[in-house]
Amino acid sequence: MSIDITASAAAQAAALRAGEITSAELTAAHLDRIDAVDGDLNAFLHVSRDEALATAADVDARRAAGEELHPLAGVPIAVKDVVVTEGMPTTAASTILEGWIPPYDATLVTKLRAAGLPILGKTNMDEFAMGSSTESSAFGPTRNPWDRDRIPGGSGGGSAAAVGAFEAPLAIGTDTGGSIRQPASVTGTVGVKPTYGSVSRYGLIAMASSLDQAGPVTRSVEDAALLHELIGGHDPRDSTSLTDPVAAYAAAAGRKDVKGLRIGVIEQLEGEAFAPEVTARFTESLSLLEQAGAEIVRVSCPNFAYALGAYYLIMPSEASSNLAKFDGMRFGLRVVPEESPTAEAVMKATRGAGFGAEVKRRILLGTYALSAGYYDAYYGSAQKVRTLVQQDFAAAFEQADVLASPTSPTVAFRLGEKVDDPLAMYANDIATIPANLAGLPGISLPSGLAEDGLPAGIQFLAPARGDERLYRVGGALEALLEDTWGGPLLAKAPELTGESR
Amino acid sequence: MPSIGRDDVARLADLARIQLTDEEVDRLSGEFDAIMDAVASVSEVATADVPATSHPIPMTNVFREDTVTDTLTQEQALAAAPHPEDGRFGVPQILGEE
Repeated sequence: MSIDITASAAAQAAALRAGEITSAELTAAHLDRIDAVDGDLNAFLHVSRDEALATAADVDARRAAGEELHPLAGVPIAVKDVVVTEGMPTTAASTILEGWIPPYDATLVTKLRAAGLPILGKTNMDEFAMGSSTESSAFGPTRNPWDRDRIPGGSGGGSAAAVGAFEAPLAIGTDTGGSIRQPASVTGTVGVKPTYGSVSRYGLIAMASSLDQAGPVTRSVEDAALLHELIGGHDPRDSTSLTDPVAAYAAAAGRKDVKGLRIGVIEQLEGEAFAPEVTARFTESLSLLEQAGAEIVRVSCPNFAYALGAYYLIMPSEASSNLAKFDGMRFGLRVVPEESPTAEAVMKATRGAGFGAEVKRRILLGTYALSAGYYDAYYGSAQKVRTLVQQDFAAAFEQADVLASPTSPTVAFRLGEKVDDPLAMYANDIATIPANLAGLPGISLPSGLAEDGLPAGIQFLAPARGDERLYRVGGALEALLEDTWGGPLLAKAPELTGESR
Repeated sequence: MPSIGRDDVARLADLARIQLTDEEVDRLSGEFDAIMDAVASVSEVATADVPATSHPIPMTNVFREDTVTDTLTQEQALAAAPHPEDGRFGVPQILGEE
């Protein structure tokens, strides 16, 4: 049987289990695709060809010997470069970590390896996951497979572009304020930010520890569910890890039934801030769900107006503390100024040379927000807004089982369009940030093509620990939409004929 | 809130141990007020009766089982050090600074 790299991960896994294809063939086909298109897209910062092929050969041998394997064994995966991988370069797209080879694996990577998923490489991102466009990467931006003059979203633009361009069937992302969901929205792919604590943060290079969460980046809701089941679960190495057992997410995705499900439309996340065609695709998606038996209700979350402000105080504050460890002393870049080679001067020179503009901006904002005299007004107030946002969610979930909004206010914007305007860049996250502040799970899936024929996304949110609901409503809507489109949205993406890697 | 000028940005960069060029100080001091104005709205609703939330899902006293697990070897821990010396992290002079 021939290799179909455009098939879902679930279909690729089924072909492997049936013995129709080998992991070696499947992995090689994806590496060939990366060779053919990634010179243009720049979705990968590192390709681990030999290691991926070795894992594939090992899985094939074990399967041939009749060993019981994980259902996704042999399906290749790409990992965002903010997740540490033993023996494989990890940079968080920053000069300060260029060439760093971590001595250990993140817990989620340990799980991927144990399940036999060949790791294709590390994906591009905004530096230290700070951005909404992948333009702050120290190693050049990733381009959107739908239009190479546009951003692929961020911070996880590399993972979303890799999956959207069929360079990988699965990828790992991290979401602090929307970095999984917004790239999914603008690349026509699926992304899930799990409940805070559902997936271990051990081995994630932290930006804002109380907001960061790793999750699946895929082309279908079922694939996201399968990957979430694999990487989720309690980890004693992460003290914020939930002890709940992993729920049956794939079964929820396969249910395709929304009868009686109450879907709350958030009043504060519609209107002028959202592009007309993005709103139109959102409204049409809701109509399909209503026709399928869901109940649409309206909910109000008045404190969402303050969520963006709270986020841009809490996140830089936590980041300024987390990034203090990059000081040129124990690992990473060290710059020694000739005139004054003392520790303090080395730290300053190293951080001055090693961090990019957005990272410096956020560290200084955080340093300011936490400084004596301003702490209560800024950081203290932001933490109170966090409580108010949680209270808004709690009230909304009295009326609805899941909440819905467009994921991103617009389709992908052009490279360079917002790079000099931090406030415009920050506004991309208006709909995704509240879930991070409250620790809730969220999913983004394609809602159709909007302005300029580019993809738009719809987001669903559920109460903490209610991730199963996202897969239920997401799986159902995806099936309804694909019926109207006659197949997956990505089938409408232009053919990539770019320059090779 | 007071306006944030070049001197303030330079002081913050000093506190954060980041060496900035004059051009970077100019650009950041030009942006700082607008960003802080945009986020300062949080104080409008953050009244005294609202409790603060530091963590989305509260947990207390999280311990793991008291069992021996593997740790990095000295060699692994030093493998990426910029200047390892005698099995330790070599660091620049730390005493005698101002």
